[in-house]
Amino acid sequence: MKQNQPALLQVQDLVVGYRNTEVLHGVSLEVFPSEIVTLIGCNGAGKTTFLKSIYGAPRPRSGKILFRGEDLGRLPTHQVAKQGLSLVPEGRRIFPGMSVLENLKMGLSARAQLEGSEADLVWIFELFPRLKERSSQRAGTLSGGEQQMLAIGRSLMARPSLLLLDEPSLGLAPLIVRAIFETLKQVAAEGMTIFLVEQNANQALRLADRAYVLTNGRISLSGVGLELLADPEVQRAYLGGH
Amino acid sequence: MAKTRLIQRILAALGAGIIAFILVGPIMGLKIEGYDFVANWTSPLTLAAFVCIARLVLGYVPLDRIRHSHSDTAPRQTKRSPVQVAALGVLLVVLAASLPFFASKYWISVSIIALIYVLLGLGLNIVVGLAGLLDLGFVGFYAVGAYGYALGFKYFGLGFWGALPTGALMAGLFGAILGFPVLRMHGDYLAIVTLGFGEIIRLILNNWLDVTGGPNGLDAPPPTFFGWEFKRAATQGGVPFHEVFNLDYSPQVLDSFVYLVLLAAVVITIYAVMRLRRMPVGRAWEALREDEIACRSLGLNHVTIKLSAFMMGASIGGVAGVFFAAYQGFVSPVSFSFFESALVLAIVVLGGMGSLTGVVLSALFLTMMPEFLREFADYRILVFGFAMVLIMLWKPRGLVQMRRPYFGLRGN
Repeated sequence: MKQNQPALLQVQDLVVGYRNTEVLHGVSLEVFPSEIVTLIGCNGAGKTTFLKSIYGAPRPRSGKILFRGEDLGRLPTHQVAKQGLSLVPEGRRIFPGMSVLENLKMGLSARAQLEGSEADLVWIFELFPRLKERSSQRAGTLSGGEQQMLAIGRSLMARPSLLLLDEPSLGLAPLIVRAIFETLKQVAAEGMTIFLVEQNANQALRLADRAYVLTNGRISLSGVGLELLADPEVQRAYLGGH
Repeated sequence: MAKTRLIQRILAALGAGIIAFILVGPIMGLKIEGYDFVANWTSPLTLAAFVCIARLVLGYVPLDRIRHSHSDTAPRQTKRSPVQVAALGVLLVVLAASLPFFASKYWISVSIIALIYVLLGLGLNIVVGLAGLLDLGFVGFYAVGAYGYALGFKYFGLGFWGALPTGALMAGLFGAILGFPVLRMHGDYLAIVTLGFGEIIRLILNNWLDVTGGPNGLDAPPPTFFGWEFKRAATQGGVPFHEVFNLDYSPQVLDSFVYLVLLAAVVITIYAVMRLRRMPVGRAWEALREDEIACRSLGLNHVTIKLSAFMMGASIGGVAGVFFAAYQGFVSPVSFSFFESALVLAIVVLGGMGSLTGVVLSALFLTMMPEFLREFADYRILVFGFAMVLIMLWKPRGLVQMRRPYFGLRGN
């Protein structure tokens, strides 16, 4: 039902490489408004490269990246961030020497207008009450899970129409991963579109409406999240099932 | 337990002594007389004994406790209220401004040099301390400011007051010129390129005889006060300062004047940097230092951030250069060697990267200290170096650990 609207993010035949190595050999996928889409794959499948190429670093060799129907192809990185996408980078990458609140405020730099930013701050503190408790603490002293919450909160401060996450489960305890994914579900329920790149296929597929499986730079499977979870091929390759 | 540790310490001390003897023995012990060597082992042995004792003493210094006395957690919150801080600041400025009215000419000139280094330290602090870009060629901008004044005076009749903004602008421009090629560089690589940049400027000044006068240097006129000169007799047609105000002529008035203007410049710079740190651009500098990739993913243009840091730091360096030229009355390439860059960097690091109070304190310390050490005559710089090593052992993060304004929710 969501798919009768035009796609928010549409990637067509994307080919990306570094020097002599081609990493993505023609990837196509679509993300529609207010759905959660996940891209899963093993180490080295090209998941992070895919996200990076949306930001133009590296630039795609061929293919198109359309966001709201407009090509992001030639925009410099910092301009892409201002188009309404917001990336939660791999490994969190918070600003360790700044306070939690300052980290959140850094997210404002990609925001189109500052109106409503106070309300968004309140909203983010509702999503992650831990951040509110620690708002004046140095971000580098937060635990890994709290840092991931902060990174997500920082991206949400930009009020993006599409939230991109690169392996938010990286290095976190399963319990915390579940909590963070619960919050993502809550964020999506409020109308945010989420594109999640994950290695933790089990959790990601349970969360996502739709999923793509990336294998060696090509989309090998796609479908509804829970159906893929039951797929014997996915079971074998990603979930350690027999 | 205690006994084995004592033996370990004695062994370490003996080892250090032997190494010292091997190192200095041939240098100090063997003297050439005619075609023969004369061995005199007393001085190297004394030195080795000294090293031996020093190593033994060092064993009893609780280095670990000193080094790890700072915890990374829990930032110290500023406890003083802004009113108190402002009052303290005003008091310090008034005290500093009263200096020329009682101090001798010697101390005024020492203070002028010290304040010039405070200015340089504040400039480099933006680049190294806030934006995290290691710059070893900062002296280049200092030279641009100083030569900008001297050359501007020689070719365009530029005065001191005109030179202040032009010097800042020109140094800022050079900051941008340096900034562009090094945009993609980090850490060590950046340091090497900036080091080269500083040397290039010095070499150009040294070798472009027709324009800069080469090693002979250039004259730079002393500043004037609304056109009145601080001379015994003014140049044709003018009236000197002391006649306008019915004062007795004293050569100290010029120095006092330079000191006061310089103090004003330092106060303005400190205030400006304090404001900048609370503004988006200052926040962006710090964010760039913390994580460049995160910055870019948040839509911050790292090019403009880096360039603005380089330019802002360079302009402050340029202003310092103008003051230097005006005070010395003469500029030559010798004043802009790599040693100056290293000294300014030492000021920033010793003060505690990013900390304004630290930079001011360490600039005063590093420039005043050699003056206080004049008693040690030839060993002055040795003692100076020793003091620096001790400080870094005692406070590895600098004299004043950076106290950022931490923003939290009100009521927290």
